Amino acid sequence: MRVMVLVKADKDSEAGVMPSEDMLTRMGAYNEELVKAGVMLAMDGLHPSAKGLRMRFSGAERMITDGPFTETKELLAGFWIWQVRSFDEAIEWLKRAPFDGGTEIELRPVFEMEDFGEVLTPELREQEERVRAEAAKLAS
Amino acid sequence: MSASDTHRTIETVFRIETPKLIAGLARVTRDVSRAEELAQDALVAALQQWPGEGVPRNPGAWLMQAARHRALDWLRRDKMLKRKHEEIGRDLDEEADPIAEIEEALDDEVGDDLLRLIFTACHPVLAIEARLALTLRLIGGLTTEEIARAFLVPEPTMAQRLVRAKKALAEANVPYEVPHGPELAERLGSVLEVVYLIFNEGYAATTGEDWVRPGLCEEAMRLGRILAGLAPREPEVHGLVALMELQASRLRARIGQDGQPVLLLDQNRALWDHLLISHGLKALETARGLAPSPGPYVLQAELAACHARAGKAEETDWARIAALYGALGALTPSPVIELNRAVAVAMAEGPAAGLALVDALAAAPALKNYHLLPSVRADLLAKLGRHGEAQAEFSRAAGMTRNRRERDLLLGRAETARKAAG
Repeated sequence: MRVMVLVKADKDSEAGVMPSEDMLTRMGAYNEELVKAGVMLAMDGLHPSAKGLRMRFSGAERMITDGPFTETKELLAGFWIWQVRSFDEAIEWLKRAPFDGGTEIELRPVFEMEDFGEVLTPELREQEERVRAEAAKLAS
Repeated sequence: MSASDTHRTIETVFRIETPKLIAGLARVTRDVSRAEELAQDALVAALQQWPGEGVPRNPGAWLMQAARHRALDWLRRDKMLKRKHEEIGRDLDEEADPIAEIEEALDDEVGDDLLRLIFTACHPVLAIEARLALTLRLIGGLTTEEIARAFLVPEPTMAQRLVRAKKALAEANVPYEVPHGPELAERLGSVLEVVYLIFNEGYAATTGEDWVRPGLCEEAMRLGRILAGLAPREPEVHGLVALMELQASRLRARIGQDGQPVLLLDQNRALWDHLLISHGLKALETARGLAPSPGPYVLQAELAACHARAGKAEETDWARIAALYGALGALTPSPVIELNRAVAVAMAEGPAAGLALVDALAAAPALKNYHLLPSVRADLLAKLGRHGEAQAEFSRAAGMTRNRRERDLLLGRAETARKAAG
């Protein structure tokens, strides 16, 4: 399964203050550990909300409000996408993150392809195998 | 934290940490089974202590420490036993400090140990099924029950397979090391093969109610990524990661809403997993940066990438696919690859060019009973308007397949060709 790890913004991230060198080092080591464990699929940091905007939809109308936005707790500063075997495993990995100082991180499972197990009968499997053979002549 | 929460945490931590524990312990014990037992002992210790004392702040380090103690006890007992056997009167104290030995082994760069463990689990002395099972058990950290379910065999059968595999390793006295020199390429080949077979086992799995079996694709990709982290200079490792990720990116699109399988060229490309595609393309780029001349996994990943890069089926770069099959065929000659090349050439240059290549394959003994040969030939003949010949080839192909649906399909096309021939 995949999870998204949502890193909330704080005063510093909104002010565009970069983390300390010590924090960057520890975060780098943590990220490397995630990569080496085959967990990391994506990660990115976001610019402060001052550089972003919000669009409000109402009928045909598109209302744009420019940042910055004030309610820091509801803003994001970055995210990871992890591939894990269970939500528990994601919790365990998150515990090892080097955050501090009251930082709050949100962990959310990503919607995945349905489990096809129940809908696929042996007959369909046979068909699937035929298709795989056909596909083999079209692709690798 | 409730007792059941603690248990879940322990299980999860253990699943994450076991491979590292076993890898470190195996270096001390030189015996994978013993290392596994010692790691299990550490788990038992956690199960006894954590519910009362709470989960330690750094559970991984705690388990490593517990494993260390158990390894030390084992080493003492082992030495004592040997001493009794050999009737050597020396004191334990006079010998090299076993604590230091273990500390050194377990504090060392874990990565090297993990790599040793992977090479050991995929050792050619083992049958291929044993390699798959042992890799999932030792590196993947899957339980015997999960592996049994994944391969659709009863649990006792799988348990026995694992026991035999470990015994075979011990009996063959397989050294616990990362191979060097010319042996490395061959042994790495076995590791990559094992990971790719695990992937294919999952990729083909569309039956049963088990989530574990399709989960094998994910497990294989995880193993591949771990391997890429451990052996970052090996282009074929990155090639395999890219190949698996690019193929897996289509999993969602392979089955239609009614459960009907969907052919690659008919798939809704919006359903492709674009995160996996970008990850796979990046891995492929890394591989290409490392290897001036690509190996078979890199080439297959390149093939998969041709499809991944095409926004629409019509945009597929068939000329490049044909060239890649040519390169792959030069590395690992096979009439099946040549047939694939013929199809790509037909797509790129027209049916006549493809047909010339297919006709050259007609005598290949390996394709004697391969129904796709006449089926591809028939398709090209029909496209060229040679309906009479196409009908004969479709019928021949229909007679060669054992699959009912496919036979019906081919007979249908033969009938169409007959009508077209008038």
